[in-house]
Amino acid sequence: MSVKAPDRFDAVFAALSDPTRRSIVRRLAEGEATVLELAEPFPISLPAISRHLKVLEQAGLISRNRRATARLSRLEAEPLREVTTWLARYQRFWDESHERLDDLLAALQADEEQVSCHDPAATAKGDDDEQD
Amino acid sequence: MSKTEITAEPGIPMIIITREFDAPRDLVFRAHTDPDLLAQWLGPRDLALTIERYEVRNGGAWRYVNTDAEGNTYGFHGVFHGDPSPDAIVQTFEFEGAPGHVCLQSATFAERGGKTLMRTVSAFQSVEDRDAMVASGMERGVHDSGERLAELLARLQAS
Repeated sequence: MSVKAPDRFDAVFAALSDPTRRSIVRRLAEGEATVLELAEPFPISLPAISRHLKVLEQAGLISRNRRATARLSRLEAEPLREVTTWLARYQRFWDESHERLDDLLAALQADEEQVSCHDPAATAKGDDDEQD
Repeated sequence: MSKTEITAEPGIPMIIITREFDAPRDLVFRAHTDPDLLAQWLGPRDLALTIERYEVRNGGAWRYVNTDAEGNTYGFHGVFHGDPSPDAIVQTFEFEGAPGHVCLQSATFAERGGKTLMRTVSAFQSVEDRDAMVASGMERGVHDSGERLAELLARLQAS
């Protein structure tokens, strides 16, 4: 099955919008696991875990295969890579723009301060102070 | 340090960008409306920005072109709606690589304690338009890494 990338993003983001499924993804980042192993940290039923696994599988985030009697789930990196790259490019564009804007704003404010130091009124006031 | 927050929810054709700047709002506004200043910060350092037109008034048109190191150019243009002020800069935005796919942007600037919170809301015609904009309109070569994945997961976790 081949879904073109932008359509798949919705499925990937929707799958990752649930805290239990994010925990499962993090667990699978450490290696393959059975449903029992994945269910262990959660106070929810095995069928509920299976439903979460099905959502992750449909989004292409995990694959499942049978080894002996246990059905193992494993993380599929590609959809995650696609969405992180997708976000990262845009994030990087604005991060870098805004860092440059920070620098510009700092420079503009420094200029303004310098201008007020050379202000004739300020100088005159300084002279008055010296005379006192 | 301030951080640029980008929100793009699944199924909703919008992008919301928020960022705090350590400067009064009139200055942040000026950096967005004075083309000489805008050219000094908009976009990454390795993209040259040439502003051809920037008529900051109700109905005024703008156009700028990004040029990368290989000489590829990316043009963008739009029109201001209403007189731009620190309360709101409302404008259309169109990437010339995808003509007809126009986005409506609204930027607001709120000052608090000498700092300015900028919020930009971009409304696209469809989720596909938004995704295409994010994917190709402002494309940059970014090397993928586990760090990025960790960041994404942390961000999703926090939300």
